[in-house]
Amino acid sequence: MKPRIPQPLIAFLLFLYASLLTAQPDLEKQLQTRLILAEDGDVIELPAAKIELSNTLSIDAKKRITLRGAGQDKTLLSFKKQKQGAEGLKVTNSEDIVLENFTIEDAKGDLIKTQSVNKIVFRDITARWNGKPKKSNGSYAIYPVQCQNVRIERCTAIGASDAGLYVGQSDSVWITRCYAKNNVAGIEIENTTHAWVYGNFAAYNTGGILVFDLPDLPKKRGGHVKVWKNKVVQNNYRNFAPKGNIVGKVPPGTGIMVLATNHVEIHDNFIMDNRTASTAIVSYFITENKINDKEYNPYPSGIYVHNNVYSEGKRMPTWKNKLGFLFWLKFGRKVPHILYDGIQDPGHLPADGKMAPAARICIRDNENGSFANLKADKKFKGISRDLQPYQCDHEPIPFDPE
Amino acid sequence: MNRSRSIRNKHFFVLICLSGIMLSVARRQMPNAEAPKLHLSEYGFFSGKLSNLAPAQRVYPYDVNAPLFSDYAVKARFFYLPERTKISLSDSLAWDFPEGSILIKNFFYPLDAGKPESGRRILETRLLLREEKGWKALEYLWNEDQDDATLEVAGAGFPVSWVGPDGKKKEIQYIAPNLNQCKGCHSYDGRFVPLGTSTRQLNRSVNGKNQLADWAEQGLLSSDHEFDPATLPQMVDYRLEHTTSAMLNEQARAYLDANCAHCHNPHGPAASSGMFLNIGELQPGRLGVNKPPVAAGRGSGRRKYGIVPGKPQESILVYRMESDDPGVRMPELGRQLPHKEGIDLIRSWIREMK
Repeated sequence: MKPRIPQPLIAFLLFLYASLLTAQPDLEKQLQTRLILAEDGDVIELPAAKIELSNTLSIDAKKRITLRGAGQDKTLLSFKKQKQGAEGLKVTNSEDIVLENFTIEDAKGDLIKTQSVNKIVFRDITARWNGKPKKSNGSYAIYPVQCQNVRIERCTAIGASDAGLYVGQSDSVWITRCYAKNNVAGIEIENTTHAWVYGNFAAYNTGGILVFDLPDLPKKRGGHVKVWKNKVVQNNYRNFAPKGNIVGKVPPGTGIMVLATNHVEIHDNFIMDNRTASTAIVSYFITENKINDKEYNPYPSGIYVHNNVYSEGKRMPTWKNKLGFLFWLKFGRKVPHILYDGIQDPGHLPADGKMAPAARICIRDNENGSFANLKADKKFKGISRDLQPYQCDHEPIPFDPE
Repeated sequence: MNRSRSIRNKHFFVLICLSGIMLSVARRQMPNAEAPKLHLSEYGFFSGKLSNLAPAQRVYPYDVNAPLFSDYAVKARFFYLPERTKISLSDSLAWDFPEGSILIKNFFYPLDAGKPESGRRILETRLLLREEKGWKALEYLWNEDQDDATLEVAGAGFPVSWVGPDGKKKEIQYIAPNLNQCKGCHSYDGRFVPLGTSTRQLNRSVNGKNQLADWAEQGLLSSDHEFDPATLPQMVDYRLEHTTSAMLNEQARAYLDANCAHCHNPHGPAASSGMFLNIGELQPGRLGVNKPPVAAGRGSGRRKYGIVPGKPQESILVYRMESDDPGVRMPELGRQLPHKEGIDLIRSWIREMK
């Protein structure tokens, strides 16, 4: 018979083991086994160590699971040597999941993807690709898609070749106190309803904060998105998205961009030194992509941009983008802060040619907020700088803290 | 390579710790469901020498029209049907089998594909068990001696080599999936489902006899069905030489259905992409024709649309089939090598598309 090992010894050895961890397949397997066998309600602690992984770590069909690291500077999940899987960490078909207190880096695809999860919290997570931002980096750092009740709090996203914090086809989303830098898009809300984006810092990306509705998706319409009290600074980074992606068309120097979404309120943001388009309100036509989706509405409507603060800093548009170059031709070294492509939804235009009140674009009370209607539908001829037609307001989008 | 020896060489105390955790985890799991068997041999699926895979009573071999490509691994498929139960057919989805049924899929490589007598190495056996609440997956890894296979929860990776039909040695780091990865494909609205056991996949002649007709004769199918296989849906075998462009279209659609549509359908894990490759999809835009990518990232390969009619070299679909980069390749799981024959088929299909 084998000698019995006293339990304190096991605990001690476990501790020793955890503190010696470097990168061995046993640990990866152990961790994945733990996640597969987890019971509803479990808290799974990650050790204070660098853990190198070769495959996606996944959680599927669980309830009330917390995956907790020892801190962003202590627990490091590295996918530098990943061999299989298109994500670093993946959570699917689950409910009430908390991911917190760790750093995750260098996955071959997305860093953290969660799909079909109701109630998901990302808290105190750093998700990054190391080195100079490049197109071979994965698409999304933090990527909830088709989720409900998403909270992203105090997270940092760096180096995504598409979007750092990206929420797609979801409902009820809070993004707050996050930092997104050196991504193509810092924060992107796509085909998502009821999103509250506030108190974040989006800097040194190609575009700071994007609110997009795109065609050909199962969730057709986003909207009711409120973006406020964010600092959107110097998003002038070169666009390193692989070609073919929609964000590849975002001009370097974009602060906040609303594309084809309805009911978006942008207010009390501090938008500084974004060289090409501090705030842009555009239709899908600006992408010059074909539209096959008959149910898709390519026009922005019900947009309300107010009480933002713009700086008098850099306003020399980029030449490395067709639109940027066009802005330079039209405006020279002083591109206006707020740009509207001027393409109106014919469905919202009654006989008098005025937009239905609920669909209007309202722009008012912005500090330093110079403006242009680009008249993109008239081949950018007759650009108007007159803000008078946009002096209206919408009901503020209510903030639901729960 | 002997994996067990390499494990033995590692720190002994680490193993002790691991087994400690495993035991505590295992103990917590016990009350949940009937404990899975530790070894494949315990099920009694096969009579005689296990590696001969000779089916025992109530175990029936089956074959599919359009197989999923898995790095050129060969599969031996069986289902176990409990006594006094019958299968109800369903037309579109995979059959739901009576409770207690088990689907058994064995993955192996011939040692030398050119010489069948050289034998084979069985790597893993995947089981889908139809339990009271639904389907569950289990996975067993075969040992070096090929006399049994052991339960594995978290997957494994190990090198495998064989000689291909062209006489060349092939080598890959074989990856057996973990149980979550099983569901990465076997998922319908988040539920675990079988994939290959649909009427259109199984409506096939094996050794000169239609499988469905054969099973009907043996009384395995519930009798309120019409068993003239000609009246039932049937997928074309994409491995055959095509003779007409209509057949090419059918073959391409069969290939995409078997290899992509487990995720790319409106109820599957890739529903968020809006690209649906299931055989029933009729809208070109949803198949990817002139559809820009959504969240493909570098998976787009600088190409604009999923499928550009007439231009396979400009279609993202082909780019991702050709890639071996884990962040680009499709399918995401279960494939490392490009499937040359599949790529040729899809290329021809897109080339002829107007």
